[in-house]
Amino acid sequence: MIWNEEFETLPREALEALQLKRLKGLVERVYSAVPYYRGKMDEKGVKPSDINSLADLAKLPFTTKEDLRINYPFGLFAVPFEQVVRIHASSGTTGKPTVVGYTKNDINSWAELMARTLSCGGAHKGDVVHNAYGYGLFTGGLGAHYGAERLGAAVIPISGGNTKRQIMIMQDFGSTVLMCTPSYALNMADVMKEMNIDPASLKLRVGLFGAEPWSENMREEIERKLKIKAIDIFGLSEVMGPGVASECIEEKKGLHVFEDYFIPEIINPETGEVLPHGEQGELVFTTLTKEAFPVIRYRTKDISRLITAKCSCGRTFHRMQRITGRTDDMLIIRGVNVFPSQIEHVLMSIEGVEPHYLIIVDRVGALDMLEIQVEVSEDIFSDEVKVLEKLGKRIEREIKDLLGVSCKVKLVEPKTIQRSEGKAKRVIDNRKI
Amino acid sequence: MKVEQISVFLENKSGRLADVAGVLAEAGINIRALSLADTTDFGILRLIVSDNEKAKNVLKENGFTVGKTEVIAVEVKDRPGGLANILNIMKDSGINVEYMYAFVQKSGGEAIIVFRFDELEKAIDALQSAGVRILKGEEIYSL
Repeated sequence: MIWNEEFETLPREALEALQLKRLKGLVERVYSAVPYYRGKMDEKGVKPSDINSLADLAKLPFTTKEDLRINYPFGLFAVPFEQVVRIHASSGTTGKPTVVGYTKNDINSWAELMARTLSCGGAHKGDVVHNAYGYGLFTGGLGAHYGAERLGAAVIPISGGNTKRQIMIMQDFGSTVLMCTPSYALNMADVMKEMNIDPASLKLRVGLFGAEPWSENMREEIERKLKIKAIDIFGLSEVMGPGVASECIEEKKGLHVFEDYFIPEIINPETGEVLPHGEQGELVFTTLTKEAFPVIRYRTKDISRLITAKCSCGRTFHRMQRITGRTDDMLIIRGVNVFPSQIEHVLMSIEGVEPHYLIIVDRVGALDMLEIQVEVSEDIFSDEVKVLEKLGKRIEREIKDLLGVSCKVKLVEPKTIQRSEGKAKRVIDNRKI
Repeated sequence: MKVEQISVFLENKSGRLADVAGVLAEAGINIRALSLADTTDFGILRLIVSDNEKAKNVLKENGFTVGKTEVIAVEVKDRPGGLANILNIMKDSGINVEYMYAFVQKSGGEAIIVFRFDELEKAIDALQSAGVRILKGEEIYSL
């Protein structure tokens, strides 16, 4: 079932005309309201009046996470602050998060987009949506929540954690739609087995999973273990939150980008050149309707390609292929973005800790485990066990506070972490997604 | 009054302890007393050796993280109640024992126990006031 028949099945010509109209409005608005964007456009010699076709999008400068960091926290907001009704944040590359804002209209658009996403998964009014995405500053929880409410479903705002209790609630409340990270879904399956609960006895029908990359094999495993259909959903806070693109339950092949709200591009990450449809490269998005936090050509650092083939679901939106990797060193751990540089930031702030650390990521069962190895130098060594344990716990706590992920610190002997000539290898990711 | 103890950080890897013993042996250093504190991930080896400077240097050269701590070596009557007596003195003075371990050798007819206190000076005062003999560093290293 398509949520918004009119817009989701627009003939390409009409869709593209709408995109151009909205793009022109966006560029005018951003040029006059956001000094930083105006500066970047002036630098490139581009004026709003130069945008007369969708191809002219390529004339505009890119926006990167660095631009967001420079303008922390509200420098890129395009409306007076009184109009901002919601603030969300996601991981930054250092000590400060990436901040985004929403007006009432933006929240409305977001709810619309998430209702579309849920409909893509075959969810409908009357469903019971089990929302285990994290509520808080991350966009996942509230994004899914508002979408489910807009859809007319009954939302259980359970957020993450406390898995046994979640399963009890799933049984008792009759959850029909599951929303969480794919690895958490597998974790739930494991716990159900431990509790001797047969997933087939639950009312669960479909799961909408995202916030981290996952493979076809993982989908097959989730569908088999939980006896549900599993679809991939995509989004990022800088562009909206979840609700940027979604697989349809009809084909589960590629994610329809909601192109009346976002223009996707695929570029060569080295040269910035726009690549033709079908070629693999870095995914870039331009928002068409966002008021508080519009972005122009935001480089996601995710690698994908655009699929233009017609889809049997009837939606005319182009599809993006599932994300296969990134162009940077960002990790996604239990659905949370983690930059090795953030970890370094915490370690360097603790006196005596040397810049020799190693991040090891494993997947134990279904859950991601983060281990950080830190060399014990003379500066931090002590003859007392409790002092070293305290140091380990302090690092774990500060990382949890700053990044929002739990980790285990392992103290190792000096010189055991490989030194290197150029860029040090800081991360060992043992997961085979 | 104070004795220098050397501590070494050891990962829980097979053979690390043997490596330490080997390094010290090669340098002709004799271990007088030792204690190994273990946790899930690592261990701290505490040593009283015959030559502190040499031990520290040779261990560092071989890539170990080495620390130095001041501890005291206390003479304890080698009969039931000997230890309890010492610990009661500490309890009464409100001083905490961080850790302790014994020497194999005796001093005269008495046992020798190495203590790490949270307040070293206060502990020395309290013990001496109670007539307890504290051995000097030089006595210990060459026992």
